Amino acid sequence: MGRRILFITTDQQRYDTLGVNGGFLSRTPVLDALAAEGIRYERCQPTSVVCMPSRASMLTGQFPTTHGAWMNGVPLAVDAPSVAENLHDVGYATALIGKAHFEPFMDPYGRYAENSLASLGVPTVEQDWFDGRRGVHRGFDYLEFATHGVMGPLHYAKWMNDNHPEALGGFYPVLDAQLNVNAAGGGDTGAPQVKFNDVPRGWYHTDWVAERTISWLERQASDQDWFCWMSFPDPHHPWDPPKSELGRVPWREVPLPANYPQSAREREALIDAKSRHWRAWYDGTLVSNYEAPAKWVPATMTADQVREVNALNAVEVELIDEAIGRVLRAVEARGWGDDVDVIFTTDHGEFQGDFGLLFKGPYHVDALMRLPLIWRPARSTKPAPSVVTAPVSLVSLAATFLEVAGQPAPAWVEGASLPVNDEDARTRSFESTVTEWDSALFGVDVHVRSVVTAGHLYTEYQPGTMHDGSEGELYDLGDDPLQRVNLFEDPSYAGVRGTLHERLLAHEDRPGERAVLGTVMAPV
Amino acid sequence: MASLRHEIRIAASADVVWGVVGRPESIPDWFPGVTSCNVQDNVRVITTRAGVEMPEEILTNDPLLRRFAYRITAPLYKFHLGVIDVIEIGADDSLCVYSTTAEPDVLALLIAGGTKDALDEIKRLAEQRAGG
Repeated sequence: MGRRILFITTDQQRYDTLGVNGGFLSRTPVLDALAAEGIRYERCQPTSVVCMPSRASMLTGQFPTTHGAWMNGVPLAVDAPSVAENLHDVGYATALIGKAHFEPFMDPYGRYAENSLASLGVPTVEQDWFDGRRGVHRGFDYLEFATHGVMGPLHYAKWMNDNHPEALGGFYPVLDAQLNVNAAGGGDTGAPQVKFNDVPRGWYHTDWVAERTISWLERQASDQDWFCWMSFPDPHHPWDPPKSELGRVPWREVPLPANYPQSAREREALIDAKSRHWRAWYDGTLVSNYEAPAKWVPATMTADQVREVNALNAVEVELIDEAIGRVLRAVEARGWGDDVDVIFTTDHGEFQGDFGLLFKGPYHVDALMRLPLIWRPARSTKPAPSVVTAPVSLVSLAATFLEVAGQPAPAWVEGASLPVNDEDARTRSFESTVTEWDSALFGVDVHVRSVVTAGHLYTEYQPGTMHDGSEGELYDLGDDPLQRVNLFEDPSYAGVRGTLHERLLAHEDRPGERAVLGTVMAPV
Repeated sequence: MASLRHEIRIAASADVVWGVVGRPESIPDWFPGVTSCNVQDNVRVITTRAGVEMPEEILTNDPLLRRFAYRITAPLYKFHLGVIDVIEIGADDSLCVYSTTAEPDVLALLIAGGTKDALDEIKRLAEQRAGG
């Protein structure tokens, strides 16, 4: 018997939404307790600030420019490396329950396995692509999928349509009639992607993911090793948690974020100090990410809308924390409590009002790039609680899972296993992490590379629709934790800039085999 | 309105490639995810693996120009034009170009995603026929 692995992800969750990370809107006692017992990372970065590339990096241990799923809508190759496959091959039962998103959601031809599984009527199937070795799909031998609503072909949507059709109308319609991400406002303030949802809490996808996870765990033999990826679709927009829960965080009492100056002039001055595509999005003249509603103009957002979005987000975070608590109690009830490693993180962050913006895009600041990451090693290993301040990346997850399972990291893994404390980080040279952005959609292309060290966040914009390759951003994380002062052109930081530029060059020139970059098959 | 284009070089004569794509009823053979179709005069209705039915109007089917053009007439589409061109480069060397223009824009991207995989399949079939 080895150590079992419960890998928990959320979608689009900021670092500062957890109590243990200084958050105060949500109560997150379960995650806070895991952090107190294990390792809390203070500077974890994604490889990309959108879902598909970031999630593919978790599975492959590779950067997007290596695994090839370089933007949303680009499917991860079916034969891409998968840590689940390696675990499957050494006898682990492997499951992914909730949001996967290695393949496009929008799939009118039904070409992707993720979208086909539920309609086949069973969560575990053998199809043409099943070769007897990779598990059902990508190394997982059990898959049950959910995403942010009740439309589409995934298991949760099918379950809701089959069992609770009367509740479907309570959910926010993610897409409008033109299949664009909906800009319609709701709630009390008319904020985009907000809706009061009459769905009973027990039918909402957060609880569904937890219940399906518990059901899978209950079917495992007591001595079975397992790797379970429990993946909550929240707190990603739309913000439509069960209305019954909204009293937890009254939006009128929510303070404005530290990085949301009330004065429009001050907000705009902050944005104008950054690369020009920030202001273009704020003014509604450039949309470079499909997931930000194209018909919504950030400059129109009111302070009350920021408060309401943050309140609803906080409610969703609390529901996730409670759902995790139920799953952990089920794990304890099976007698596995001392033998399970629990790793919690998310795929990327969310603006939530910072700089007057919502959602995400090619904007590499902490709102989108600083992620919650907690690793509670199995108690049987007698873990020493610690806080890691060194920069780490989600690209390290695959190697970490394999290390927990006692397996060597294969050559295709680009990230070393996570350090367990700062001394370990120093010894193994965890000095910087890189985040990539590439997008090309409807004639607009943006290419961004950022490197984060203990002291700085440095971004270069490569040539594209809005950039000529000479622009960038540099923030001193010690003096300017909110990343308001762009030091890119400051002569006194020329040395820092040169050093970080070299790190980005080294990233581009890193050794190893890279997949052919995939083709954009859908907007998401 | 959005317009996208994919193309592929094929080691087969233009006539062989046209033999793959020129028959309207052959689309389930080379368009991944299209499971069946019904053709009557200039109307073709395809059915996808996702269960979606898409009615299409065939605008051009020209074996001399080796051009097939059609438009999807489903209500969701304000406009659609799909064009497949087979261009002779050499005796056993062709270029197949699949263009998609549509409104709403998102639909152009979704259809064009399918056409990318379709070109791969057209290449496979044509080169198989050329080799056989």
